[in-house]
Amino acid sequence: MTGTLRVSVWRGAAAGRLVEYEVPAQESQTVLDVVSHIQRHLDPTLSYRFACRVGMCGSCAMSVNGVPRWTCRTHVRRVARDGRLELRPLANLPVIKDLAVEMGEFFAKWTRAGGAFVPAPGLGPDFARVAPDAPARQAASAGIECIGCGVCYAACDVVRWNEEFLGPAALNRAWTLLNDVRDGAGAARLGAVAGDAGCHACHSQQSCALHCPKHLDPTAAIAGLKRATAMAALRGAL
Amino acid sequence: MGARGETWLWLLQRATAVVLAFAVLVHLATLIYAVRHGLSAAAILARTEGNVAWLGFYLLFATAAALHAGVGLRTVLREMTPWRGAAADLLVLLLAALVAAAGWRAAFGLFA
Ligand code: SF4
Ligand code: SF4
Ligand code: FES
Repeated sequence: MTGTLRVSVWRGAAAGRLVEYEVPAQESQTVLDVVSHIQRHLDPTLSYRFACRVGMCGSCAMSVNGVPRWTCRTHVRRVARDGRLELRPLANLPVIKDLAVEMGEFFAKWTRAGGAFVPAPGLGPDFARVAPDAPARQAASAGIECIGCGVCYAACDVVRWNEEFLGPAALNRAWTLLNDVRDGAGAARLGAVAGDAGCHACHSQQSCALHCPKHLDPTAAIAGLKRATAMAALRGAL
Repeated sequence: MGARGETWLWLLQRATAVVLAFAVLVHLATLIYAVRHGLSAAAILARTEGNVAWLGFYLLFATAAALHAGVGLRTVLREMTPWRGAAADLLVLLLAALVAAAGWRAAFGLFA
């Protein structure tokens, strides 16, 4: 692809506006390349985040033509419409400046959802032996590769409607720990994820799973939490 | 509401959904039957009056509908409005009670 891309970029914080830039189109070009071009050649005051550029750190997530994506793993030719791009900061998170969002509340919810590993009593110093094909191990493995990029969180309608909702990533994390046989905080964690804005608020419509660049399925994890909390409630253990 | 309350409401919503799925089918089948056979109001009442099975069915149906609507309405309120406290829960409970009362009144109307 050659020619010029017309790129509208959000400038400012919560109050701000879209500013249009013209960026030379190239044959193989990621959206992050476009943002970097703007910052290096057109306006050095543009703020945005990235680190690895290869889809490992999750810091480059932004809204690209209305869809949350890792910009370093998104080719322009896949998403540009008539040579146009609209770049905004990730939705559902407070904007610090331009394309950089405040992730504090996102990770605070991981803590509130019981996202920290708590060693089970009597775990001992040796390695725990976990059969790779044990169902719990498989359930944990399905969600363990989350890198906390916030794409799913930006894609979730329930987060938009209810800012208290713990969100797909934090609940996915809780589900992986619930299936970790070395963890000792399962009961407390069930209480943490079932609160007023916990797993039961999820609509199971899988926007999170659709957009997760790691192809994880937080919806399935949340369904697991709904089952686990329901079983605990029936046993009188919640 | 807390973890236990939210989980029980979720269970209640699922359980009433199962009841409703079955009850709505029965209800539709009886509607179609009544229309196809040209049953008059009197003919229908003749079948339901004093019939404990129909009374039980419609009491269950009305109760499940009231509970299901109540829990659902509470969720809609929590998502679409900033109103999430005990007062909102009470209002929803009141509405559910009204729906249930109307349903029970109709069920007893068919019975006696
Ligand atoms: S499935 Fe649940 S967590 Fe995922 S986007 Fe929908 S409401 Fe949010
Ligand atoms: S679940 Fe996927 S989209 Fe959500 S934070 Fe983890 S890696 Fe990102
Ligand atoms: S820069 Fe690390 S994932 Fe995009």
